[in-house]
Amino acid sequence: MWLRLAPALTLALLLGPIGLGFAWTVLPAFGHMPSIGAVGPTLDPWRTLFVTSGFIDTLRVTVTAGLTATCLSLVLAAGFCAIAAGSRTFSRLSRLVAPLLATPHSAIALGFAFLVLPSGWIVRAISPELTGWTRPPVGLVTIGDTAGLSLVGGLLLKEVPYLVLMIIGASAQVPVAATLAVSRALGHRGLSAWVKAVLPQIYPQIRLPLYAVLAFSLSVVDVAIILGPSQPPPLGVLATRWFSDYDLSRYPPAAAAAVLQLIVVIAAIGLWRVAEIPIAALGRSWAEGGSRGFASALLIRLAGIAALLAGGLGLAAILGMVVWSLALVWRFPDAWPSALGLATWQAQAGIVAPALANTIIIGAAATVLAILLVLACLENEVRRGRRPGGAALWLLFLPLLAPQIAFLFGVQVTLVRVGLDGTLFAVIWSHLVFVLPYVFLSLADPFRALDPRLPATAAALGADPIRVFVTIKLPLLLRPLLIAAAVGFAVSVGQYLATLFPGAGRISTLTTDAVTLASGADRRIIGVYAALQAALPLLAYVAALGAPAFLYRHRRALRP
Amino acid sequence: MRLLALAVTTLALLASPSHAAETRSFEDIAAKARGQTVDWNAWAGDPQTNAFITWVGAEVERRYGVKVNHVKLTDTAEAVTRVVAERAAGRNEGGGVDLIWINGPNFLAMKSQGLLYGPVTQALPNFRFVDTERRPSSIVDFTVPVEGYAVPWRVAQIVYVYDSARTDPKTLPRSIPAMLEWAKANPGRLTHPNGRNFLGATFLKQALYELAPDPSMLQKPATDGAFGLATAQLWTWYNVLRPYLWREGRSFPETGPAQRQLLADGEIDFAVSFDPAEAAVSINSGLLPDTARVMTLEKGTIGNTSFVAIPYNAADREGAMVVANFLLEPATQARAQDPKQMGSFTVLDLDKLSPDERRLFDHPPEAKGLPTNAELGNSLPEPHPSWMTRITEEWERLMNR
Repeated sequence: MWLRLAPALTLALLLGPIGLGFAWTVLPAFGHMPSIGAVGPTLDPWRTLFVTSGFIDTLRVTVTAGLTATCLSLVLAAGFCAIAAGSRTFSRLSRLVAPLLATPHSAIALGFAFLVLPSGWIVRAISPELTGWTRPPVGLVTIGDTAGLSLVGGLLLKEVPYLVLMIIGASAQVPVAATLAVSRALGHRGLSAWVKAVLPQIYPQIRLPLYAVLAFSLSVVDVAIILGPSQPPPLGVLATRWFSDYDLSRYPPAAAAAVLQLIVVIAAIGLWRVAEIPIAALGRSWAEGGSRGFASALLIRLAGIAALLAGGLGLAAILGMVVWSLALVWRFPDAWPSALGLATWQAQAGIVAPALANTIIIGAAATVLAILLVLACLENEVRRGRRPGGAALWLLFLPLLAPQIAFLFGVQVTLVRVGLDGTLFAVIWSHLVFVLPYVFLSLADPFRALDPRLPATAAALGADPIRVFVTIKLPLLLRPLLIAAAVGFAVSVGQYLATLFPGAGRISTLTTDAVTLASGADRRIIGVYAALQAALPLLAYVAALGAPAFLYRHRRALRP
Repeated sequence: MRLLALAVTTLALLASPSHAAETRSFEDIAAKARGQTVDWNAWAGDPQTNAFITWVGAEVERRYGVKVNHVKLTDTAEAVTRVVAERAAGRNEGGGVDLIWINGPNFLAMKSQGLLYGPVTQALPNFRFVDTERRPSSIVDFTVPVEGYAVPWRVAQIVYVYDSARTDPKTLPRSIPAMLEWAKANPGRLTHPNGRNFLGATFLKQALYELAPDPSMLQKPATDGAFGLATAQLWTWYNVLRPYLWREGRSFPETGPAQRQLLADGEIDFAVSFDPAEAAVSINSGLLPDTARVMTLEKGTIGNTSFVAIPYNAADREGAMVVANFLLEPATQARAQDPKQMGSFTVLDLDKLSPDERRLFDHPPEAKGLPTNAELGNSLPEPHPSWMTRITEEWERLMNR
């Protein structure tokens, strides 16, 4: 009976904060915020926003960086997958996406910043031998450039592996080998055959994740604080900055900026959707034209190599942070620290402990809640024999598509009113909103793919549905359950705004502390935080992969 | 500023919280404080200060049963926002901010809006050790009388940090006009923190001090007329300087520590700091080489005092007072001054201490990079906070042009 309420409860938990939060962002955006004595409606907040000096640059860098990052991510990921479809080496390399996916955006961004700085690891590695530089070159701007290129670079390191994983996942639903065989029989080469024949089948399935990437790239705040231009900043950073200003009159224009952020995201997704049509037509005529595509094969190869480069930079970024955490002295232009040791870890152990504990508690609680809700929804779906329609899926994806800034401030206003701001409860709930969609996505397919004969047999033997669920389904689902948990946990560890606003700044996690420290603290200490940020989700993944192998060591058929 | 004025008027319309001086004895306060957790909102960009706050937490828990939760800020304004937001939401009791590390415009904003609890200093036994005569900044913050609403805990004075192994101190500029000539000769090797950051605004403020036609006008609030008159020279100087700055003055390190990282990496040659022990502390923590030193300007540099203050609605105000009193204890202050710990110069008058307590403050002989009082030179008074606010606004306008 209670099970029937599960989908409604899940959606309420998800959409409640978004709806309320969004309302309390839109109202101040039109000058209505009674608590500060503002009673709208008025367009003044928008006027303030539009006349802010540098506003045009803010908008420009937001849109160009977001679109560029998404386009490049898609091209690079597709190029990689095209090569991987015919190359064992490449498909083996795709396993390396796990650490990149697990590591929070902010940690990768911190590491990326150190790689490409004029005094960074890359310059250090070739100086002074190749460059003759004993000091960092003057005038080389590699981080925080006004065009947002470093922001795009930092986003690529995370988005390319994510899309690679999504494409590989979607490939399982498509007869890739058969399609490629037919294409080859028609004389097409492997690489362009994949792009011409396989990608069009895969694209509809990765559309939602791709839109999520687009929305994220347009509205990201933590990565933009670390890598983006600061003067004028991207829209999300501008809104966050104003929201945390002690000057109350900045709230309404901040809310207007947040609403504009949402409009930008919606417009970009709409534009993307429309652009798909002519691009699909062009692609079709290209595929039907029957060219054997030597030039295109070269381009695909370049994209694939660029994807490898992005992956390599991502791993180097993580490694760079780990090395910094162990460095005692590391001066320019040394390629490696002149002294290594555990001193920073020892000195930071006590300081990092509360944030570490919060990260684990919040991540574990949000993940467990998400898994319980998702299992209840899926079990209900099976018992009632009805699958959610496309609309429900879009609702589920809403937290990933709506820019966080557009509703998290409103969430904070609501929380202050009910006296729940700055509590663990509030932060766990807000993390749940972002964890649950990922848990659902990773658990839904394995759950639906369960062989129905097993529960049917158990039921025929007299087991009630609860017993069937606990003794048959859960053990069979252990592996996907643990992987879903690891994914959910990783998502939670990486949350920045979703911790900052509901936590009212009083609850700090590894990620909020790391972003705070990014404004210039000791790189060795940033290294400790980034290394922990990367290590926590990675440990969760290792446990998720290792536990079934251990628990089922006597059951060969259940072993992976 | 007009925006701030609007916010203040808006707030004035709301119910004004009542104020009362703290009259309880410290014993009563300490008894009430037992079991409280103090949410100390403090800028968290400096790891050594963070470690010091952690140590303070452990000590007051051991001695008074009071816990400290360091709420880490990137900007003190965040804490002010929180108190303002709580007031706006009608939460006049049980507020979530118990103690704020504060001074300057943030202190002025909170004090003038009646957002602070107090006066409290008369209730703190250790306040009697504070140097209020030779260091007037411990009772007058940026020309604003503190009147017991905030407790001093560390002093600051502008210095410039450099690496003596890389840069001969004789070649470094010792006045603001000389700094411009130096930058022309060494393009790209000088910067300052972002003008929105207090240290960035401080860099400009120090320049203003030497370039203003009459520095005494800085002691009064910055009116439109006074600001234009006093800062005309400053902006001329800055506009010539800017293309010779790091990244041609198009972007800036966000904070002091970010600027120090540039110095450590060799991107720049000297870095402004508000901490006379900056070089010593950074040598100790391995952030700067042993050859790092500090210099000041011939005519002196601006100095001020950092405070802790308690919001009017703080839930754990007794615990906050216990922490504030502990910060003024001679042994605490001596630890704070040790470059191995925090290296921040004391607010106490050493003459008011016993000989044993005074000995705690002796410089360790192996401390490298620590300036003597003579080397520090004159400490100039801070301008009225409105100057800093306006400098920041004008600088932002300049950047966005």
